[in-house]
Amino acid sequence: MTTVEQAHAAAHALTRRPVAGKGWKAPIAFGVVTLLSLILFVVFARPGTSEFRLTAGRTLIQLPVIAVPTTLSCVILTGLMAVITVIAVMLVRANRRVPLWLVAIFAFLFLAAFLAWAGAGASIPVYGLLLGTVALSAPLIFGALGGVISERSGVVNIAIEGQMLAGAFVSAMIASITQSPYLGLIGAMVAGMLVSFVLAAFAIKYVVDQIIVGVVLNVLVTGLTSFLYSTVMTANPQMLNSPPRFQRIEIPVLSEIPIIGPLFFQQTIIIYLMYVAVAVVWYALFRTRWGLRVRAVGEHPQAADTVGIKVGLTRFWNVSLAGAVAGLGGAYFTLGSVGSFQKDMTAGAGFIALAAVIFGQWDPIKATLAALLFGFATNLQNVIGIIGSPVPSEFMLMLPYVVTILAVAGFVGKSRPPAADGKPYIK
Amino acid sequence: MSDEQIPTRGQVPPGRETTVAEEQPIPETTTDAAVANERRRGPETPNRSHAVLNEILGGGVMITILSVVLALVVGAVLIAATDKAVQASAAYFFSRPTDLLGAAWATVSDAYSALFQGSVYNFRRPGFADGIKPFTQTLTFATPLIIAGLGIGLSFRGGMFNIGGRGQMLVAIGIAGWIGFALDLPAGIHVIVAVVGGMVGGALWGGLAGLLKARTGANEVITTIMLNYVGFYLIAYLLRTPGALQAPGSNNPKSPPMKDTAIFPKILGDQYNLNLGFILAVVATIVVWWILSRSSLGFKFRAVGENPNAARVAGINVGSAFTWVMVISGALVGLAGVTQILGTVTTGFSSGIDAGIGFDAITVALLGRSRPWGIFWAGILFGAFKAGGFSMQAAAGVPIDIVLVMQSMIVLFIAAPPLVRAVFRLPTPGVFRKSTPAVRKAQVQK
Repeated sequence: MTTVEQAHAAAHALTRRPVAGKGWKAPIAFGVVTLLSLILFVVFARPGTSEFRLTAGRTLIQLPVIAVPTTLSCVILTGLMAVITVIAVMLVRANRRVPLWLVAIFAFLFLAAFLAWAGAGASIPVYGLLLGTVALSAPLIFGALGGVISERSGVVNIAIEGQMLAGAFVSAMIASITQSPYLGLIGAMVAGMLVSFVLAAFAIKYVVDQIIVGVVLNVLVTGLTSFLYSTVMTANPQMLNSPPRFQRIEIPVLSEIPIIGPLFFQQTIIIYLMYVAVAVVWYALFRTRWGLRVRAVGEHPQAADTVGIKVGLTRFWNVSLAGAVAGLGGAYFTLGSVGSFQKDMTAGAGFIALAAVIFGQWDPIKATLAALLFGFATNLQNVIGIIGSPVPSEFMLMLPYVVTILAVAGFVGKSRPPAADGKPYIK
Repeated sequence: MSDEQIPTRGQVPPGRETTVAEEQPIPETTTDAAVANERRRGPETPNRSHAVLNEILGGGVMITILSVVLALVVGAVLIAATDKAVQASAAYFFSRPTDLLGAAWATVSDAYSALFQGSVYNFRRPGFADGIKPFTQTLTFATPLIIAGLGIGLSFRGGMFNIGGRGQMLVAIGIAGWIGFALDLPAGIHVIVAVVGGMVGGALWGGLAGLLKARTGANEVITTIMLNYVGFYLIAYLLRTPGALQAPGSNNPKSPPMKDTAIFPKILGDQYNLNLGFILAVVATIVVWWILSRSSLGFKFRAVGENPNAARVAGINVGSAFTWVMVISGALVGLAGVTQILGTVTTGFSSGIDAGIGFDAITVALLGRSRPWGIFWAGILFGAFKAGGFSMQAAAGVPIDIVLVMQSMIVLFIAAPPLVRAVFRLPTPGVFRKSTPAVRKAQVQK
């Protein structure tokens, strides 16, 4: 019996209990946040005007800079948040659910109020905020996709961190030796896959607790890459650890569209791959025969086996695929952003990706959005830090994690994993 | 973990026992019941001595020893392959193969003798008192690993996957550290107050994740990971804020040293680093053992951990069990943090003080199979690797990261006994032991 399995079963048990006032979580969360913004943005109001820059200086089409008086916009936005809170309370009293779009609008209002407040007397580069978000989220999105694929087929993938780190190491090494980032990319996929092979072999053939294998693989890959980095790579960094980085590929015309252009059409090949991967994984999982089989194996392996799907083999190849995708995320660290491999350079990104998988309820699109949230909040700290933050930087850095806790406790609550996730299948 | 949950002889459903065991001699069928029955008949089978031999060769202790051996072999291959002398002699391997083997042997034996002399007994020092010093160092390194491992293992048994060791340790360290350097208390009481304060801090941080799970169903894997970061940034902020945890008159994000009254006494005299923390580790092991196997609270934890639905039907409050198991788990992990700042690094701490112990503890708990004494010995083994790893790095120039490789290999191999048996061509025992699903599968296929 695995721990996660126990925990999941426990979560099921919990949700079955009739909880009095269960629907009140969202209005309560709304109320708390509204109160927070009232105290922070209205009571401790900051004078001046806030500017939002929507386009960078060099694009063809220029959008005007939006300038708003800080205090007034904070008051208006907080007022709107209070209105939404009241609407939510009324909805719940009428025994109706609070729709997701209302949550989204609320979150947007809070964010706008925060930006206006933090950017008092300064200019906030909105395009930079979004661009940086994509850059910081990219490895998380790859990792989360890897998690989704593996867990949908019924194998818990805690080893995302290890798959990414292996991908980062091998891609740096191969790209340095061959001077071709594309070969590095392939190397990263192979490396992630190799880590996955171990996970798959132990989880499927030897029926070892998948959590154990995952946790241990992370340690193993950390140790192995650090060891090889110290012994092999540092001995000859010129040849082994100076990979060429991917160049931006601009798609003509489309890349000139304000905001959308830089985000979607002025990126490196890894980011394009990421956009494609999200769409493909979603489509494949929910619209193809392959996806149906994967989900069947993850939800009810006995039933899948009965209709002739090979459970073990399906799981094996999906875990391997997941490793390859997560490996791409690792390659982003070396070939996309930093350039050279550093010890333990993924620094917990795999665990954040894991959180995004659960936060995103094992759905590729939702997991991507969750990963984007992490990237956005991290980047927000960077941007606010540059214009002079009114909040200590540590609290800004803390923000994404606190938001996640609130979101998981308040809105997501019972995120239901695939029924056979973490359970070995023995005929 | 899986061992514990398979019903053993005493717990077989009564109906099946009578029908299968007493009616007729069992043919070599391939049903689960037959295997279960075979297991139940146990030592009464005719070829008993053969079975005992199987048990010794393929049983748990042997698997553990062989796993360590395998891990050392893998480590040796890595050390040899990355050594310059070995690589040089590999270039002319076919003309003089002995050079390669000799170079590899020299490198590996250097490294491993440093590992041994750094963790168990140093033969180069005169006298027993000096020679045994590395072993006391091992116990010192093992102390936080054991205590934190107990906390994590306890949460596993209660069905909670606590990855939040880092956050729980840091919060505990923040509170205990502040008590340790800011308060003026008499010698004995100061230590107790600091320890209790730290445990309360860890308990709060862990209990928060448990409470969220109990009240809202928030997955504890997410919340504990998130709380790690929240705790880390909180401590980082406090460490650079004058008047909070930062040392007065300093610009570094580091706390002042602990007061003498708050520091753990050394239990073997001043020449050894071993301190009160190790005694706390032994006590904690006994306490956790008592909680799990003797108290009604522990019974609830285990019931909820194995099947929350059944536990609820039996009238156990599942939510409260989740909360309390995380409270105790957090308190233990917090205590591990306290032993660091009041025992090992008493000269003030920075935000990296946890040194990855929160994550190492997961591996320790897994190696110890979430059982208190298993965790105790696993902690000592990992402590030995840590102590030896440092001396191996210093004496033989092998990066300490190799220790991580070997530790994770050990856990992997131990988790997959069939693999180890296959490598060493050992017989498959286990019809008498509490068997794992894998063993049962092997039985079925026979």
